[in-house]
Amino acid sequence: MKKVWLLADSIISPLGFSTEDNFMQVMAGATGVKQTDFFGDQKVCVSHLIDLKPTAHFTRFEIVALHALNELKRQVKLPSKRTLFILSTTKGNIDVLENGQPDHPRIHLHAVTAMLAKELSIEKSIVVSNACTSGNVALIVAKRYIERGVFDHAVVLGADVLSKFVISGFQSLNAASPEPCKPFDINRSGINLGEAASAVLLTSKPQEFEIEKKISILGGGISNDANHISGPSKTGAELAMAIKIALDEAHVRHEEVDFISGHGTATVYNDEMEAKAFNLSNLSATPLHSLKGNFGHTLGAAGVVETVLSAISLKNQQLFPTYGFEKLGVSQPINILKKSQLKSIRLGLKTASGFGGCNATLVLALEN
Amino acid sequence: MTDFYCIIRNNKIVKDGVVLFEQENKPDNDFLTEAYDKLGISYPKFYKMDRLSKLGFIAAELLLSTIQGKYQADELAIVLSNSNSSLDTDLRFWDSVKTQASPSLFVYTLPNIVIGEICIRHGIKGENLFFVSPQFDSDWISSYVDMLLVGKKAKFCLAGWIDILADRADVFLYLTDKSISSSKISERYHSWNN
Repeated sequence: MKKVWLLADSIISPLGFSTEDNFMQVMAGATGVKQTDFFGDQKVCVSHLIDLKPTAHFTRFEIVALHALNELKRQVKLPSKRTLFILSTTKGNIDVLENGQPDHPRIHLHAVTAMLAKELSIEKSIVVSNACTSGNVALIVAKRYIERGVFDHAVVLGADVLSKFVISGFQSLNAASPEPCKPFDINRSGINLGEAASAVLLTSKPQEFEIEKKISILGGGISNDANHISGPSKTGAELAMAIKIALDEAHVRHEEVDFISGHGTATVYNDEMEAKAFNLSNLSATPLHSLKGNFGHTLGAAGVVETVLSAISLKNQQLFPTYGFEKLGVSQPINILKKSQLKSIRLGLKTASGFGGCNATLVLALEN
Repeated sequence: MTDFYCIIRNNKIVKDGVVLFEQENKPDNDFLTEAYDKLGISYPKFYKMDRLSKLGFIAAELLLSTIQGKYQADELAIVLSNSNSSLDTDLRFWDSVKTQASPSLFVYTLPNIVIGEICIRHGIKGENLFFVSPQFDSDWISSYVDMLLVGKKAKFCLAGWIDILADRADVFLYLTDKSISSSKISERYHSWNN
């Protein structure tokens, strides 16, 4: 199996238009989440890229996605041969419905993906749409194809934008908090939605690029709760199963994990399930953070955004604080930092769980 | 070797080349309900599912009964794909938003929910993921299934294509524990096309 390197990355969010800008903002304790009535009569707290507008040629989703790809291209000449393009998204251009364009050709996820792949001159493209685990799953799929030599490189793009469609849906489930979200906190009351795009270049041939290789993807694991389509497992056993698969694949023991980038949506049930899973995995003392207080829940983008931030956290030897967290509100012990911390770290675990009962986890390493 | 497949299209349900159920000139929802009745099982959750999940439920019921008791919860992977994602239900949900957004429709506005329903029904906890592509891509799906089976990520794989929009349903699911060539999978997918 070939080693898979995360060589270059980008994040577009209200906190910044590059990975570095987003990293600095998170470390400074900033958030992109604000209360707004932009999306309807009810006030919601969302992380909104308010300045990005559609153009004559491109939808808002496409504008946000193209910003992420362009920032990646600014750093590195992207390969096109023997390269796979994966779009991770839940709803893509679904807001064309509210704009009165139900027949828009790129309402189809494969059509918007083909358009973006063409912009990059990449022939082979596919969509991963696996609810809130999409980003992690897309990275795992890319890793599998690259390590077996089917492709040498992959560009993985995670993107989702806010829409009345998605906001009204989460409101109908009483899952959207009208207040800033508070992951793992005793007073947490639901999620804040957000929009973002994040792109990465993965490769087994880092020598073909003029960028120093530092971060590798060592393992990935995917499981299903087999419990409920819109509520998490009662025990966390299945997320723990996905963690075990990823750690085993990475040949990493639980005590070697230096931090966990959790899902931490700030719903009562999700955060409780995660706390149970981390305890089942003997990770209760491992520093844990959620970035949902900074970015909101960016759905299909979240896994890529949070993996990229885990990578820059490793490169800078800095642990993230959890914005919005004050007092522990889950039944099991977990170790959440309120302030950022300088620490010698080598291995990060990224987890995610979503509707349909899916869980997906990744192990990232800072290599010497 | 385990090797079974199921096709649902043109108001027919076909398993391993044999027509199990046929109902001409029925809208899809009536067809699905009658097919469910014909299966003779009792699973009241079926009625609350969207059409994509009903299709997956029926196909999985026919295929997984062949390996009952032969796998542990984490030994079966599900790898599905389609071209319309959950658009069939997205349009219905968006209609509901105009009056009152329906939470029971919203939870089906993701393509992988059908996988969740199959996992709940059969207690499956293995790898699960949903790809979207313009047409059924037998090369892609068979290569991914091979990686899971060869890499010992799963003992069995339930894989294939499950698509519905408006009055057109197109389902091709197969169950395997060994590598099957892309050309053979493609040939099966294209059978029973009339």
